[in-house]
Formats: sequence, C-alpha cells, structure tokens
Amino acid sequence: MPQIRMVTDMNKPIIQIQDLTVGFSMRQGVLDVLHGVSFDLHRGRTTCVVGESGSGKSVTARTILNMVPRPGVINGGRILFDPDGTGTVNLTALDPRGREIRDIRGGRIGMIFQEPMSSLSPVHTIGSQIVEAIRLHRDMDKKAARQMAVDLLAQVEIPEPEKAVDKYSFEFSGGMRQRAMIAMALSCQPDVLIADEPTTALDVTTQAEILDLIKTLQRDVGMAVMFITHDMGVVAEIADDVVVMEKGHVVEQGDVDQVFSAPRHPYTQKLLRAVKVLEEPAPAKVRALEDAPPVLTVEDLSLHFEKREGFFQRVTDVTKAVDGVSFSLRKGEALGIVGESGSGKTTVGRCISRVYDPTRGKIVYGGKDLAHLNATELRNSRQQIRMIFQDPFASLNPRMTVKQIISEPLIANRICAGSELEDRVAVLLREVGLDPGMMERYPHAFSGGQRQRIVVARAIALEPQVVIADEPTSALDVSIRTQVLDLLLRLQAEMGLSFIFISHDMAVIRYFCDRVAVMYRGRIVEIGETEQVIGDPQHAYTKALLSSVPLPDPALRGTRQRHRYRPEVA
Amino acid sequence: MSDGSVGPKDTAHPPLRGTGDGAPTRLETSDAGTAGLPADAAPDKVAIASQWQLTWWAFKRHRLAMLGLWVIGLLYLIAIFSEFIAPDDPFKQNRRAVFHPPQMIHFIDRTEDGIQLRPYVWEMDRQRDPETLAITYTKSGEKIYLRMFGPGPEYKFWGIWTTNIHLFATVDPREKYFLFGADRLGRDMFSRIAYGTRISMSIGLVGVAISLVLGIVLGGLSGYYGGRIDMAIQRLIEFTLSLPTIPIWLALAAALPPSWPIYQQYFVITLIVSLVGWTELGRVVRGRFLAMKNDDFVIAARLDGASEPRIIFRHMLPSLTSHIIASLTLAVPLMILAETGLSFLGLGLQPPAISWGVLLKEAQNILSISQAPWLFIPGGFVVIAVLAFNFLGDGMRDAADPYGH
Repeated sequence: MPQIRMVTDMNKPIIQIQDLTVGFSMRQGVLDVLHGVSFDLHRGRTTCVVGESGSGKSVTARTILNMVPRPGVINGGRILFDPDGTGTVNLTALDPRGREIRDIRGGRIGMIFQEPMSSLSPVHTIGSQIVEAIRLHRDMDKKAARQMAVDLLAQVEIPEPEKAVDKYSFEFSGGMRQRAMIAMALSCQPDVLIADEPTTALDVTTQAEILDLIKTLQRDVGMAVMFITHDMGVVAEIADDVVVMEKGHVVEQGDVDQVFSAPRHPYTQKLLRAVKVLEEPAPAKVRALEDAPPVLTVEDLSLHFEKREGFFQRVTDVTKAVDGVSFSLRKGEALGIVGESGSGKTTVGRCISRVYDPTRGKIVYGGKDLAHLNATELRNSRQQIRMIFQDPFASLNPRMTVKQIISEPLIANRICAGSELEDRVAVLLREVGLDPGMMERYPHAFSGGQRQRIVVARAIALEPQVVIADEPTSALDVSIRTQVLDLLLRLQAEMGLSFIFISHDMAVIRYFCDRVAVMYRGRIVEIGETEQVIGDPQHAYTKALLSSVPLPDPALRGTRQRHRYRPEVA
Repeated sequence: MSDGSVGPKDTAHPPLRGTGDGAPTRLETSDAGTAGLPADAAPDKVAIASQWQLTWWAFKRHRLAMLGLWVIGLLYLIAIFSEFIAPDDPFKQNRRAVFHPPQMIHFIDRTEDGIQLRPYVWEMDRQRDPETLAITYTKSGEKIYLRMFGPGPEYKFWGIWTTNIHLFATVDPREKYFLFGADRLGRDMFSRIAYGTRISMSIGLVGVAISLVLGIVLGGLSGYYGGRIDMAIQRLIEFTLSLPTIPIWLALAAALPPSWPIYQQYFVITLIVSLVGWTELGRVVRGRFLAMKNDDFVIAARLDGASEPRIIFRHMLPSLTSHIIASLTLAVPLMILAETGLSFLGLGLQPPAISWGVLLKEAQNILSISQAPWLFIPGGFVVIAVLAFNFLGDGMRDAADPYGH
C-alpha cells in the first residue's frame, strides 16, 4: 500500500459515525433500524460493512449522504465529515435539501448502487450523464467536461472510451454499466466512495474485475471506500477494516485479518462458519452408486428464441438460449449446472419440466421422450419431475394458506382429500422442519428460509423421482443457505431423489453436487465429477470462473492468478 | 423501483417480519414461528389473515374512503327503504303547497309547560300578492309536531305488504311538512328524492355488472392465451372504443319502441352502454394476466398439475379481485352521472319515473333558481354520491394489494 497519499493525517478518520440512531415511524410507533451505530472511515482504507438483509447497512450508507429513505428519521448521533483535516461538518445536522449537502453528495462523497440498470438513465448517453455530474460540481465548459468523461471511462478500463462516451446504458453489459457508474462517482474526485453492494447483481467473473478496479482506483486516488456487502468472500478480497452489523447494531469491528482469524462475536463466527462450510462437500452427503442406472437422459437439447419483425413476421434474429446440451442424470445423483446469467442453465431446467417447449432434442425419462408428450402423459411426468424455484417470495401464491399451497398438487392429481389431505400436509411440513400448526398461515408470515422449506414441501408432496432446483438458495441469506441445502441432502438420502441443481455459485455446487456441468452461452463446456472439475478444470472458461470466486480468507489475498476467458472486458 | 441502492432481496424481507428463520433441528424450527415474536397475539392474527382481512385493515386507515363507505351505505339504506323513509306519496300533487319552502325540524320545544324534547316544524301560511299574484309563504306561528313511526299515506312496502307507517310522520295526519320543500305541483321533494335515490343508485349497477363479466372473460382470455385470440380481442376493443357513445345512446333512446315501459327502455339503454364499458376493464385484466402468467407461482401451479380453469380461477383471479372491485366502484359513479345527464336532457328516464336526473330537469329554468332554489337539492345528492364512490374507489385501490408494499 503506497504511503505517499496519506502522510498528511492518516490516523485522523475522514468520517466518524458516532452513536447513529435511525428509526422508521410506522403506524404502531417508531421502529428503530439503527441502534447507536458507530464506526470510522479512514483515508486510503477500505471499510467493508457486512451483514445480512435487514441489518441496516444500506440505511447507514444513505444516512451518511443525509438521504434517509422515507419514512425514516435520524433520531440521534452524529456523522462528522472531515474532508481536508481542517474542520469537521456534522452531516446529520445539514438540511437534507440544502445546498451544502448537495455539494457534498457526488462532490466530496461519491456513491455506487447495487443495480447498475436502474441507476443510469436509459434516455441519456453515458457521456452526457457523466458530463452533467462533472458540471454540477465543477466550473468547466462542456468540451473540457467531455474530455474528462472520456478520461474517466479510460480510467475504469472501458475499451474505446471515445466511442463508449456516446453510447446508451442499455448498450452496455452489467459490468460495463457498473464501470460507468464508478466513473461517474469518481468524476469529482471524491474523498469518500460509498459502494452499496456494487457487485451483487453481477456475475462472479465480472465481480472479480469490478473488485480489482475498485482496489486499483482506491490505491491510485487514495480515497476512503465504504463497501457494503453480504458476502464474506468479497470482504476477504477487498477489505482493510471490517464492520459487522446485525439488526441495526455494530456487533464487531476491526482489522480484516483479525476479524477473520479471531472473530469474537457469535454472529461473526456464524457468518464465517456459513462460508467455511461451503468450502468442501457436505459431510452428510450420500453419494450415488457408481453404476446407478440413468434416470433422465438429455440429448442434444436446444431452445432457440426467434425474433420476428415486420409485417410478414420474418425471423430476423435467433437467440440460442440452449444449444445442443446433452447429459444424463443417474438415480440418486445430484448433478449441478453452473454458469453465469444468460448461460442457459435456467432454460435447461425449464425445458426438462416442460415450462418451455424445446426446439430440438430429446429428454428421455422412463423410456419416454418428454419433449413430445401429450397432455395426460405430461401430467404424469410432472408428478415425478418437480421443481424448486429461486425466489421463495414469488413462487408462493400470497393469497393461499400454506396448507392450500402444499395440498394443491395432491388435489390436482387426485391423490387424496379430506382429513387424509390434512394429515399428509402435516407430515410434509414436519418433514421439511416446519411446525404443522402453522398450516393455516399465509406465506407473508414466514421468513425467506421458511418459505423455501414450504416450496420444498410442495415439491416432494408427490414423491417425485427427480427434483429440478433452480438456484434454491441464492435469494437466501448465507447463514440460512446451508440449512436449506442440508434439508435437501437429507431428503435426497431418505427418498432416493435425483437432483438437477442449477446455481451460479461454485461453493454451493461443491457442497451439494456429485457431478457438475459448466454452461457457457447455451452450451455445456465441461462436465465431470465436482471435485475433479474444481481441482483440475480443463476448459478455459471453467478456469476463469473458478479463479474469480473470492476466497474467504484475507491471508490468501493475491496468491492466486486470475484467468480471463472472454476477450472483451467485463 | 425508485431507489437503486436497496436491493430486491433487502426489500423482500422487511425487518418488521418478526419470525426467525428455521433452525437446523426440527425441535427448534417448530418453535421458530412463535419464539421470535412479541408476546401479544397480534402477529398471529396477521399470520393467518387472509387477503380480505389485510385489505380491510389497510382500507380502514383511509379516512376519506371510510367516510365514502358510510355515505354510500346511507344512500343505499335510503334506496332500499325509500317508501318507509319518504313521509309522503311522491306523486301526490298539492295545489296549496306549490313551491312550499323547506322547513327546518326543531327538536327543543319551548312551551308554557317548560322545555320539552320533541320534533316539530313551524307551519307556513300561503299568501298571494294581490298585485303580482306571486305566492309567498310566511310563518303562521303554529307548530306541526312530528313523531317517529307514525301513520301516513298508505303504501305497499317493496310491493309486498300494505302499511302506512313512516319513519317520520306528522302527529296529526291531516297536516303536512316539507323537509326539502315542494316542487311546482306541490309534491314533497324529500319523498321524491328518496324514491329517486332508489332508481339512480341501482340502475347503473346492472350495467356495471355486465361490463364486469365481459371485461374479465374477454380480457382474461386475451391475456392468458395470447397469440391470435389476443390479437382478435384487442382489435375488438379498439373498434368498440372508437364508437362515439353519446350519439349512439341518443339514437337508441329515440329508436326504442315507445310502447315499452320507461324503466325497461332505460334498462336496455344502460345494457347497451355497458357493452362499450367493458373495454377498459378488459384491458386492465389482460395486462395483469399477461404479466402474471409467467409468475413463478402460476408456473408452479401448472407444474402441480392444476387444470387450466383451476389456474385461472383459483390462482390468478384472486390476485385481481381487489383491483376489479376498485375499478367497479369507480365505474358506478360514471353510470350515475350518465343517467343524470341523459335524464336532464330528457333522453334518459322520462317522468313519471323519478330519478335524480328527472328531478333536476325541474330545475332547468330561471324561475326555479329565483323562486325555489331547493329544487337543486337532487344535484347535491348526485355530487355527494359520486364523490363518495370516488373516495371509496380510491381507498379500495390503495388497499387492494396488501402484498404490494
């Protein structure tokens, strides 16, 4: 770490958050979301604020900019901002609409948001948005500002910045958009950069590059970075200091090495354990027999989406979402499909469950080709091949009770009725670790993990042979992921289930799957035993993917060489 | 979403939801639902609250909407019990009470015997100016006492049984009182408004009901199946929307056989108007179906083996009902306004039928403004009813989706 930039007052924090309390006034009274939060940000250092959803990390970030989301109110505490070591400004005391805070926002403190899609305007070019940001805070003519925008885009490693400056945000990929956002945040050379989960919406390879970029920029510019994340791997990769938050309290803070090597608070320990556990296959894993017969075989599966245009509806463009995918699933086996967004992994799962009709190829199950079934046969096959969805908030009908949701497949397939039905639902709920007494409740009364258990209960209600689990844990907090995975493992052992497990997360795949297929742009580029693929990847893309996964150990930082697969950046 | 920094996952679990997540062992998870909750029973109530309960709770917080609900409830009470509430026969003319002004009801009666609590009105004497022949009313100084549930003119209650009991009646059945005054034929305005409420508040409902059925069925088919069916129905909607409704309505009013009874004529006209009115609802339903049919929970229902009608009626429509009810409440006042407008122009209901619009027709000339401003009271009822429906619909729309916060 270069010392030149921070000689002046390295030990004096640039932002001191002192005993910050923020409440949301609700109908029932004030609900505190931050209870006396205190920590400092230092020049030239990256402070990672880590915590699960609802821990108050985003609210803290917004309070620094005095943009508390409605109906929040700052009930106490101070945020002292000391931009040049001469005097401090209490940010919480400023008028949230006043001139002073507006100069600080974007001028002295820059911010990057999670979703690069919605934080850039689609109707202005990237360049004009950066130029506007520059001219808001600096006295500069348009031409000079434009030149500066080009330089900034070059600084964030966007190729051909002279051309990129005139493009619109939708012409950029997610990673490029996030780079543009960073360029905008840097345009006024802020003293502090607040990054609120800037890589959560990105693929893991893109995430690695954005993290590299933030690290480089911070070193060059010497600003203080507050980096909000829920991912301990990212923390290990980028942090100098760590602040752990739980339910509006700071439970632990300190140097990254110290927090990782000797966590004091049980919550930090729990977070670290949840990550560590995913570093190797599950201890409870029951492996499928080597010579188990294949239960499902997919041959040359393809799904092409045709774009039709004009009066005659001619095909103008074909998107090959899935392009000649073949694999077989053995009985009792868990096959992982890993890939980035747009790789076609979800589409493969949905073709097998026949939510989509494949363009070409065979899906052989029980001697029948699922791709060409009539309605009744399809009904039968759907009883044996079930699906678990990613988002447990979207996949449960909010207007039905848990009992109605779980009994739906039983009623629709005329398996049972009346009191027998109720007994069956109770057994299923107990099976997934929920209290049968909750069956009259509506989904809104359950947390994410509990909802996902309900989804699992619905999936196993028909005693299926194959379960397609489409990112079943990615919407859940880290500490709950392993619980849901362990539940699936237990069910696999008890019921002899075969799983097709779709995920973007290598660690989850490693924990759960016997074999893994790596997908890239609609094709399987590598398939094999999980440990073998992870230990000795053959395909260049697999290497790039594996080398991008952040290692949850700050001691290993920089020990690994990063592979890049795609010729273009991000 | 307005703010980019709060991720979808963050908003998906608001910290308010108190239940802890399922713990690894069974014993712990069975407690998880109750252990994390505060001691009072309120969260349990929320946990098992159905969509309707949640909607109702949200609705109750909307004060204007609650006011609207009360007003509408009152108006429908008047509509249902109009014979009982009206003190007089609305068709009975009274030459001695032409343009009789409204009489205030007083409750505190000061007599020589002391102060008593009983309702009365001041009697009015009719005089004719000998030069201008204009009629004026002055207080005679006599009191007309009123009583509740007293006998008045006979009527057939709901056309079933004959009675003469009214909500308010004069103690002496030969006396009369005019709460809202009398019209040019000396008919009691209050009684006429009460009867008019029945027609005005009910005749639109039929039309709205027909729009509802057509809108849901055609919009639902269009959204769920898409493709050619969608194409055909959308073109049909565009065609219907391009029809000029008012000229058609006017032409129909002229073309319907005059031998038909008046109510039947009007009923047919509203029916035909509702054939145009379904389009808006149809489009809304189509849009919602289009968006919803790819929602995870609908796909899950399909994979559960649920039949198509079951998916549509059991899984998808319940998400729409609240919105549909809200748009219905907003459609009823339009019907009321249409009835009033057409009747005012003499193209809707015709006398002797009584509706608010027919009553307002009496207030068309300058004479009524100068001499009998109380003839505008039905207009006040129209305004109140339409406002109340709009407040109600507004509140319903806000409360409609208890899960969309």
